[in-house]
Amino acid sequence: MSGNHPGLSNNFSRSGEKFSWSKDNLRSIKNIISKYPKGREQSAVMPLLYLAQEQNNNWISIECIETIAETLNMPKIRVTEVASFYSMYNTRPVGENLVQICRTSPCWLRGSNKITKTICKETKCEINDTSDDNKFTVVEVECLGACSNGPMIQINNDFFEDLDEESTKKIIDNIKEGKPNVIGSQKGRRSSENA
Amino acid sequence: MSDDLINIKVNQKEIQVDKNLTVMQACEIAGEEIPRFCYHDKLSIAGNCRMCLVEIEKAPKLVSSCTMPLMEGMSIITNSEKVNAGRKGVMEFLLINHPLDCPICDQGGECDLQDQAMYYGFDKSRYKENKRAVDNKNMGPLVNTIMTRCIHCTRCVRFATEVAGVPELGMLGRGENAEITTYLEQSITSELSGNVIDLCPVGALTSKPYQFKARPWELKRTDSIDIFDSVGSNIRVDSRAEEILRVTPRTNEYINEEWISDKVRFNYDGYYQQRIDTPYIKENQKLSISNWEESLKVLKDKLKTLKPLALIGEHVDLETGYAIKKFMSNYGKDNVECRTDNHAILESLDSYRFNTPLNDIENSDLIILLGTNPKIETPIINHKIFKAYNNDSKVFNIGENISLNYKTEYLGESLSSLDNENLIKALKKSTNPLIIIGSAFLNKIKNIKTLKSIFSYADKYKVITKEKNNLNFLNPYASRVGQLIIGNTTNKLCEPFSNLKKDNFELVLSFGSEHIANEQFNNCFKVYFGHHGDDGAMGSDIVLPTPLYTEKNGTFVNIEGRPQEAKKCHNPIGSAKEEWSILKKLSDELSFDFIPNTFEQLRSELFEKHPILSDYHEIIAVEKSTSITPDIEFEDCKAEYPISNFYMSDVISKNSVTMAKCVEEITSTPSLLEKSA
Repeated sequence: MSGNHPGLSNNFSRSGEKFSWSKDNLRSIKNIISKYPKGREQSAVMPLLYLAQEQNNNWISIECIETIAETLNMPKIRVTEVASFYSMYNTRPVGENLVQICRTSPCWLRGSNKITKTICKETKCEINDTSDDNKFTVVEVECLGACSNGPMIQINNDFFEDLDEESTKKIIDNIKEGKPNVIGSQKGRRSSENA
Repeated sequence: MSDDLINIKVNQKEIQVDKNLTVMQACEIAGEEIPRFCYHDKLSIAGNCRMCLVEIEKAPKLVSSCTMPLMEGMSIITNSEKVNAGRKGVMEFLLINHPLDCPICDQGGECDLQDQAMYYGFDKSRYKENKRAVDNKNMGPLVNTIMTRCIHCTRCVRFATEVAGVPELGMLGRGENAEITTYLEQSITSELSGNVIDLCPVGALTSKPYQFKARPWELKRTDSIDIFDSVGSNIRVDSRAEEILRVTPRTNEYINEEWISDKVRFNYDGYYQQRIDTPYIKENQKLSISNWEESLKVLKDKLKTLKPLALIGEHVDLETGYAIKKFMSNYGKDNVECRTDNHAILESLDSYRFNTPLNDIENSDLIILLGTNPKIETPIINHKIFKAYNNDSKVFNIGENISLNYKTEYLGESLSSLDNENLIKALKKSTNPLIIIGSAFLNKIKNIKTLKSIFSYADKYKVITKEKNNLNFLNPYASRVGQLIIGNTTNKLCEPFSNLKKDNFELVLSFGSEHIANEQFNNCFKVYFGHHGDDGAMGSDIVLPTPLYTEKNGTFVNIEGRPQEAKKCHNPIGSAKEEWSILKKLSDELSFDFIPNTFEQLRSELFEKHPILSDYHEIIAVEKSTSITPDIEFEDCKAEYPISNFYMSDVISKNSVTMAKCVEEITSTPSLLEKSA
């Protein structure tokens, strides 16, 4: 994976907008912090980064980091360290739909290269790139843990499994047109039962 | 055998060591050298460089000795084939991404990686792939970064967090993408930031002003003392020919440990800027170049008729102070003054020095800061308070609500805040409380009762007990305690300097004191002995060049009362002459009694008169401590801090280009004001 991957870059940037917690998130934060002993609130940095990413259009801006540091009363650089360590925290803006293509051996053996090619063609963007209409960001990732249903991709929070070129194109088209997609296996399998 | 000792074997040699040590420390006691990069005595243990691998009998693999606790009967092997192979392997991995730029690297010749690669490494590389390159980071005007050289030992990160107390450095990313950086590449805002240069085992963090200046083997080493604050940090001055090229710390566990402040480390370029290198005499309201013969003749004639007063500046050593006192005694008493900032004192030594030994500060469980900003006045003492803070000590602050790198509880702006309920409650619970009263109040106190009350207060709340005296007086000037010990003051009690009757004196001799420019001396004939031309020199009638502390030998007594020697590094610049020799010459011509012919004679006469000063490095004992009176009554005075800008606190720093850059880039960083906790 190149250093251009939004989750693997050490360069953070400002969004230019103030970031403050939504009411729902403030409630969840209270709940999360209460799980840790007093004086160890900083342990909640990972769930808070996740909440911040969710609230901030799927990426962590410097404003997010500063808000988290303030909330947990910890140095900003410590939050930055954690955010940069994990690949699932995006350090730069991504499109509305973050398409993560698994390219580890099982998916690759089942044809993930073709899926990649289809996605790049349909979304009109390269790997690690965001499409001009800001609808898609496409990245390659390591195993996402759905090996028996490969090849598979993850779009935002949903898995799409048992893909072929046709079903992949359909998924992308549906997103473009704002139509709902069937989540999970595209061949009608339940979970990972025998095909 | 005591409970704390256990038996272990190091290379088949049986030894007994403390059970709380690590394998590495035990090996060191046994005399075995263990190579290391990330481990450092003063920092927490990281265990990430893997260089300290040793073999432990019955352990299947090599273990990193810095992280491994000892066990009874452990047998450690540090010289087997397996250990050597392990070290070679680690070394090879470390060098995979390390550039081969030793010939142009500032660390070359004093580089841990270079040395250990020679001893423990492989003689060639088997790596054919591309090396990784890392962008350099901005860390401010003092620390130069070449991050491709970094081996990720994280010593600098731990130093910033644990010692400097500014968690601004961190390691971003992971694996091959790991990079050390400051938060958003801002300058490090610590007064101790230069120490990361010494800590860095490779050439990733080096000194910016020293960049490409010299190789370590070209330099002459001179042991000296930091005179830019009162702590008396031990320093080594490295020079080539007649120029100082860098200043680094000397380890002294009692004082500065291994650290020094950025001011003494980096202001040496100011030593050579704007120097007074020849005598000047004022003619037609303008200073013009003169020579020694002429200027001394004018001065001699004035000294025959006018009654002089001598002012002692902040960088004056004891020998000079003694010579001044000796010379001035020809004109009567009470005519030498070092308390030019109105510093209030009582008779005894314990009323103007730091009574707690510096390395005991960290054992205190309650610290009261009274009108002092230790962060910019004495960064080393601030580090010790930070240590105490990390040991769960509470810190209270009275004076201005200053921002420090640890949390303080602010009680109020006047001395009467000492009666605060919370404070009294905490004091009663505390087992080892400590008070530090700084110049902001000491320079304002006008009533002897107030000073005595502080002693009574300290006695009442067990700050002073039979065993210890934790009531500390802190001033930021290197010369002060020593000059007071030899009695260079006009009034031993609280009488402020500004009360001096100006009619009594017609001639002012200032030895590096800028207070000669005070209005009260407007009608006097002014003579300035000094090395840097500032306001003091500008307004004087005669200016005589004298050497800097690195250009002569001298004794300084640090704030806790420890005499130490600053040694001469090179000859004075221009035609500067040592103060005592000028006074000797004047004495001879005025036919005064002034025996010493050499500096050594002067020093032995000083030691004869004040034998306590001759015991270098030992804290002077208090002969008679201040008596405690029962009543407590504080006068109302407003704190006024002596130093507002750490980088511009004295004539030398004001002339340093590096310090000017620091003011521009560090003190203007907004993060200094709105720092996260």
